[in-house]
Amino acid sequence: MVTAHRLNTYFRFTPPSLPACAKKMAAPVAVHLEFGGGAELLFDGVKEHHVTLPSQPEPWDMKQLLVWIQRNLLKERPELFVQGDSVRPGILVLINDADWELKGELDYQLQDQDNVVFISTLHGG
Amino acid sequence: MAQEAGSLKAQLKEKEKEIAALKNKLAQLEKSHASVPELQDKVTPLSPLTTKPALSNEDIMRYSRQLLLPELGVKGQLNLSRTSVLIVGCGGLGCPLAQYLAAAGIGRLGLLDYDEVELSNLHRQVLHGEENQGQAKALSAARAVKRLNSTVECIPYHLQLSPENAVQLIQQYPNSYIYNVPTRYLVNDACVLSGKPLVSASALRMEGQLTVYNYRGSPCYRCLYPVPPPPETVTNCSDGGVLGVVPGIMGCFQALEVLKIASGQGSSCGQQLLMFDAQGFRFRSIRLRPKQADCAVCGESPSVTQLIDYEAFCGSAATDKCRKLNLLSKDQRITVQEYKSVVDNSGPHILVDVRPTVEVDICHLPFSLNIPLSSLEQRKSEDIRLLQQRIIQLKQQMADDHQPPVYVICKLGNDSQKAVQVLEKMSGSELDSITVKDVCGGLMAWATKIDPAFPQY
Ligand SMILES: [Zn+2]
Repeated sequence: MVTAHRLNTYFRFTPPSLPACAKKMAAPVAVHLEFGGGAELLFDGVKEHHVTLPSQPEPWDMKQLLVWIQRNLLKERPELFVQGDSVRPGILVLINDADWELKGELDYQLQDQDNVVFISTLHGG
Repeated sequence: MAQEAGSLKAQLKEKEKEIAALKNKLAQLEKSHASVPELQDKVTPLSPLTTKPALSNEDIMRYSRQLLLPELGVKGQLNLSRTSVLIVGCGGLGCPLAQYLAAAGIGRLGLLDYDEVELSNLHRQVLHGEENQGQAKALSAARAVKRLNSTVECIPYHLQLSPENAVQLIQQYPNSYIYNVPTRYLVNDACVLSGKPLVSASALRMEGQLTVYNYRGSPCYRCLYPVPPPPETVTNCSDGGVLGVVPGIMGCFQALEVLKIASGQGSSCGQQLLMFDAQGFRFRSIRLRPKQADCAVCGESPSVTQLIDYEAFCGSAATDKCRKLNLLSKDQRITVQEYKSVVDNSGPHILVDVRPTVEVDICHLPFSLNIPLSSLEQRKSEDIRLLQQRIIQLKQQMADDHQPPVYVICKLGNDSQKAVQVLEKMSGSELDSITVKDVCGGLMAWATKIDPAFPQY
């Protein structure tokens, strides 16, 4: 179950074709997601995921990213990753190598090429 | 007369030699006695460290290679000799930490551990040797440290850190170090309440993390993790495994930060999290939030003003030993003895081993079917198909119309209970109807109670 450690997976989602009358949509956002400290075990042991979030009327924020991850990457036992609309206690979120608390947490608006890390705290020794 | 005098002289010489030998023996004995530190089973007040006014010639020779560093120098070395450090846990991190602090000339080391040395510790807890098995870890570590540097004062504590003794103990030491969850909150709070920095590291599998908490505006552990993780998400080394050199590397980093703080240079690791990925060979330094104004212990109006019940707070026991889950009722479980009699009577059944394949490769019962818990939870179709085939075969062998019995086993009897719950949901729908039970205590109970030749890990 921990065999596929360093494999990268690539998810590409083509934006749905727009109806002629659609209002202006935000462009798709490519982000690099990483899971570590054991959190990767919820994602088949895959630590790095390059994903493209489809274009949508609103800009993507962290809250929506968590929902997207739950729907598209996390297939089993969501309670080990999310609690309410945030991550479960014991998981630290880093945006571009900084604690997400410094970036606005759930309200942070994702930029193209952002790097988001979900790290479970380690307890061994 | 001359002959008699000569004989007496010779006798005297002989006796003098004997006296010298006895004196020597006594001195050796006294020295070795003084160098075997006494194991403490409770916290007692410590006498202040004797402060050296200057370095001796022996000190200068011993520490010469680090004295040459302008960052340390004589002043830094003297600071080290006046510093006491408490090391909580003499395991994979504590061993290299103690070793390098002692080698560098720290004044006093408190070495705390409630466990004894076991064979499965030796791959990473490098101060303990084969001959130390069964000994208190704190004492074994203290002896090893003394062998390395007899001028370091060592105080081994064979006790469990508790809300009753933690503050008293930690107040006697400027720096601390820790592991495991309830202990992390306990030591964090005790450090905040006593105003001490906390150099904390952890290691699991192939990863390590390090942070200096409660130091010059840096956050405390609670600032980062105000709510403890659910107990079922916490993996320790005996469940998750760890490559020995990984805590070794992290313990060395801890030693580095303690030495920088103790010698007066200061740590540059405050408000930072160092992450080490041993597999990708990658270090990463993450900028953390500052000390939080609303923190329950180090904030502006703290709600934690004395130590609390940490096991209740975290919902799990404070030792690194395995947690025991109780998810099933009594009739959903069988003991290893009961399972043994099923095997002895050739009772028709399927034994499903739900451990990860890497553990099944270490050891397994020859007649078991390996389907890892994660595959069951994800309903991996090839595994489910295989199990269904075995159920159909079993039904054909069984004369009566009873539901085929499926027994589930794992290492210690926690995952097997989760698997029973999953299989019960599948019974009658994704699988033919079955009766599922888990084997209480798992393969380790099998090894201790039924088959002593079965390997333990
Ligand atoms: Zn705090």
